Amino acid sequence: MTDHPTSPVPAPAPSAVGGAAGSPGAAGTAGGDTVRLSAAATAAAIAAGELSAVEATQAALERIAKVDDTIHAFLHVDAEGALSAARRVDERRAAGETLGPLAGVPLALKDVLATRGMPTTCGSRILEGWQAPYDATVVSRLRAADVVLLGKVNMDEFAMGSSTENSAYGPTRNPWDTTRIPGGSSGGSAAAVAAFEAPLAIGTDTGGSIRQPAAVCGLVGVKPTYGGVSRYGLVAFSSSLDQAGPLARTVTDAALLHTAIAGHDPLDSTSVDLPVPAVVAAAARRDVRGVRVGVVRELSGAGYDPGVRAAFAAAVETLTELGAEIVEVSCPHFTYALPAYYLIAPSECSSNLARFDAMRFGLRVGDDGEAGAEEVMSRTREAGFGPEVKRRIILGTYALSSGYYDAYYGQAQKVRTLISRDFAAAYEQVDVLVSPTTPTPAFPIGAKVDDPVAMYLSDLATIPSNLAGGPAMSLPAGLADGLPVGIQIMAPTFADDRLYLVGGALEEALDDRRGHPLLDEIPAL
Amino acid sequence: MSTAAPASALPSYDDAIARYEPVIGLETHVELGTVSKMFCGCATAFGAEPNTQVCPVCLGLPGSLPVVNEAAVRFAVLIGLALHCEIAPWCRFARKNYFYPDMPKNYQISQYDEPLCTNGWLDVEVEGEIHRVGITRVHMEEDTGKSLHVGGATGRIHGATHSLVDYNRAGIPLVEIVTEPDVRSPEVARAYVDELRELIRALGVSDVRMEQGSLRCDANASLRLRPAPGEPDAPFGTRTETKNLNSLRSVERAVRYEITRQAALLDDGERIIQETRHFDEGAGRTSSGRSKEEATDYRYFPEPDLTPLELSAEYVDEQRAALPELPAARRARLIAEHGYTARDLVDMRNAGVLDLVEQTVAAGAASPAAARKWWLNELARRASDTGAAPADLAITPADVARITVLVAGGELTDALARKVIDGVLAGEGTPDEVVAGRGLAVVADDGALTAAVDAAIAGAPDIAEKVRGGKLNAVGPLVGAVMKAMKGQADAATVRGLLLERLGTS
Ligand SMILES: [Zn+2]
Repeated sequence: MTDHPTSPVPAPAPSAVGGAAGSPGAAGTAGGDTVRLSAAATAAAIAAGELSAVEATQAALERIAKVDDTIHAFLHVDAEGALSAARRVDERRAAGETLGPLAGVPLALKDVLATRGMPTTCGSRILEGWQAPYDATVVSRLRAADVVLLGKVNMDEFAMGSSTENSAYGPTRNPWDTTRIPGGSSGGSAAAVAAFEAPLAIGTDTGGSIRQPAAVCGLVGVKPTYGGVSRYGLVAFSSSLDQAGPLARTVTDAALLHTAIAGHDPLDSTSVDLPVPAVVAAAARRDVRGVRVGVVRELSGAGYDPGVRAAFAAAVETLTELGAEIVEVSCPHFTYALPAYYLIAPSECSSNLARFDAMRFGLRVGDDGEAGAEEVMSRTREAGFGPEVKRRIILGTYALSSGYYDAYYGQAQKVRTLISRDFAAAYEQVDVLVSPTTPTPAFPIGAKVDDPVAMYLSDLATIPSNLAGGPAMSLPAGLADGLPVGIQIMAPTFADDRLYLVGGALEEALDDRRGHPLLDEIPAL
Repeated sequence: MSTAAPASALPSYDDAIARYEPVIGLETHVELGTVSKMFCGCATAFGAEPNTQVCPVCLGLPGSLPVVNEAAVRFAVLIGLALHCEIAPWCRFARKNYFYPDMPKNYQISQYDEPLCTNGWLDVEVEGEIHRVGITRVHMEEDTGKSLHVGGATGRIHGATHSLVDYNRAGIPLVEIVTEPDVRSPEVARAYVDELRELIRALGVSDVRMEQGSLRCDANASLRLRPAPGEPDAPFGTRTETKNLNSLRSVERAVRYEITRQAALLDDGERIIQETRHFDEGAGRTSSGRSKEEATDYRYFPEPDLTPLELSAEYVDEQRAALPELPAARRARLIAEHGYTARDLVDMRNAGVLDLVEQTVAAGAASPAAARKWWLNELARRASDTGAAPADLAITPADVARITVLVAGGELTDALARKVIDGVLAGEGTPDEVVAGRGLAVVADDGALTAAVDAAIAGAPDIAEKVRGGKLNAVGPLVGAVMKAMKGQADAATVRGLLLERLGTS
């Protein structure tokens, strides 16, 4: 593994399927414009024969080759695998088969999902070079949906962080301003989509790790209801909080990807056996008249940048104009969400990361024929984990210790219950809750690396949904000093469709007001 | 230091228990005989090539998740019900965190403060007396892999140059059965494990083979002074836990040794260290393991990868209704119905023929005693000669029942019956077919027999003379000659009588 894509991106090659897919109709969408297409438009063009999947894939690979030295979203590019998957889509289309709604669409996978045929590093030295012998359920569902997997993208080590600076393989840069962080931990996923390297990406969200990068990169990002998307093959950070979800440029694209990966999985006991919420239909409704929207008092005042508050207020105002009813609600226990999270997540991670011990896979350090197993484990973990991971393992080990359990982990679980009750009480009055997604826009790389607590505050508004399990979306609200900021929409558990109902309508209205999607304002790379 | 052997010589066991009362509790791990592992679909067969029964889940690969094996839960519920436990309507798994190379995730999925079964009991009989042993809890967990230490002298980790780990056992479902400190003697401790093993075998949920490790036992033991008459019991003393006792005999011996060792320390005015100890079978002694001060903090917390286990009352009732007849009830029935003694039952069970005897009686044996006699005395011996289990012999309870009927009817002698058994085991057919095929029926025709007797006397006049002279024991060779002439199809006692009568000595 290097700090650059590990597989060479092939030079532009003639389309493997030749003339059939490379019809004259594709001329208008190929090349530079192809990568700017939404996932839905890409799939529609492929289905209509205006664009081949191979062309779409090559366009993405060319874009990666062009900009990723600067952005450093990708840890591994599987050009060969992507092109052969794309070729199969084109062959099946040529054979007259009906394709799925995302067939042939390129996608970037967060490097925390076990993936056959590619490395899975979790952004950590301790997994350098490890190849999973199995596919995560999310990955196998994407393959089954004929989505083209471009490769694996960067992240904070083991998903611990809010800036992607905690990756062992170097930071990813924000495409809006490459001196700034792209958010984290799914920073590679967000940067890849914002830099037009892929129309879609999978992220994971434990305390905001999809929504915060989506917000600071000007994207739509969704953390589905806990249990809505299988965690099988998602390398666990905090099992009771982790959830994979979509990052996309539009609400509809996010809904399509959400639908492709969601649904019951017998391999994950915490996956729920309920129908997938009708998120695609909800995204298309574009009507929020009479929808009751609660503004969470505790998530919008002090600590939030003026620019963030202004963009948020304008978005709420837009919802009013669309006919939604705006109510202010109080969720008093949200104030305790951050400390509770920083007990629960490290506690679970201290146990989840115990398996990285050099015995069966991954890095092994100091096995000199003299050292015993315990010594090799210790040397490997010392060398293989970065400082933030070690900090959280130590914190969690302490919080679970005999005599401290009740005061820390036990108490945090009680807070979690109280936060769930706050949500339940709020949802008796309103259909969805809203807040700014993050307190600030993207900060400069290096600005908070020496101040973990300041970094932790990035997730102030996003953590309550992880603790209570409900779904939440970040949607571009506007710019603050030229940098994107997000509005967070939260809904009751298993009512993920409400995010898309409100998100779809708000996106349309904000784009109309602006005259174009927010991402059109991103500076050229 | 008092963790090693005491300074003075150990008192005799009788001397120790005259002054001290032992307080003993037992923790037993039982591997459940499910087809697949506790949290994945891997096979559980014993003795497979190392690391051939593994998958991402039981290897603890990153991203893998456990899924509870419903059969294992059902087996654990059956054990709980058979031990008269309450079955929790809601319980959870917990992680027990510690680092060890043969534990793939470096935590074991177990149960902590919310076990599946609590508050039961098991009655144990020793020399006619019933001892009720309280069951604190029965909980579920997963087994670890197995380490093989290579290069050392003893196969232990100390001195080894490297270790190999076999993860086939990792993730096999276990239940841990914990008793109250109710046991007061090594004999009851042994009898408890024996009875528990019988119970679990009767449930069909484990093969409970201690030598293969599918049943493993840890014994907690402490001593307290016996109270003077009229005084209340003394509080419990400090206990030690002797780990991994892998035979009934070891359970008894290890506890017995601990009693004498602790008594000697207490006699010397020393204190007992709370620690785990290992039992050396060869030396018959326990030695110090780790003390409680160094004990690992397991940092238990509820397993977030599994949802709580909720068992409905209907489910539990269904399992209760599915319980087979349990050993104690069966013993009572066999004694009442068949007239066996408790000793008979122990002998038959130890010989592995109890089921076969019962089936033989059910198949119409001449009598329960005859069924017992043939299985216990004849067939169990033949099985052990060939290293097989009696149940694996090529003879059915129905065959044995038929043989007992033929013997009781005088159609076969015991000696002939053994030949019939030879034939059946050799695959020559049913007992009746063997009798016909080998011509083994007792010859009752006096003419043929009388002729053979006369011929034998005529053929050995010197022996005949000795017998006539009163040396009755000399008749043996004549009996042999008659039996040979009759091809064995005569009753030896009858032949002897006829000979003596003919020679005028009876
Ligand atoms: Zn397995």
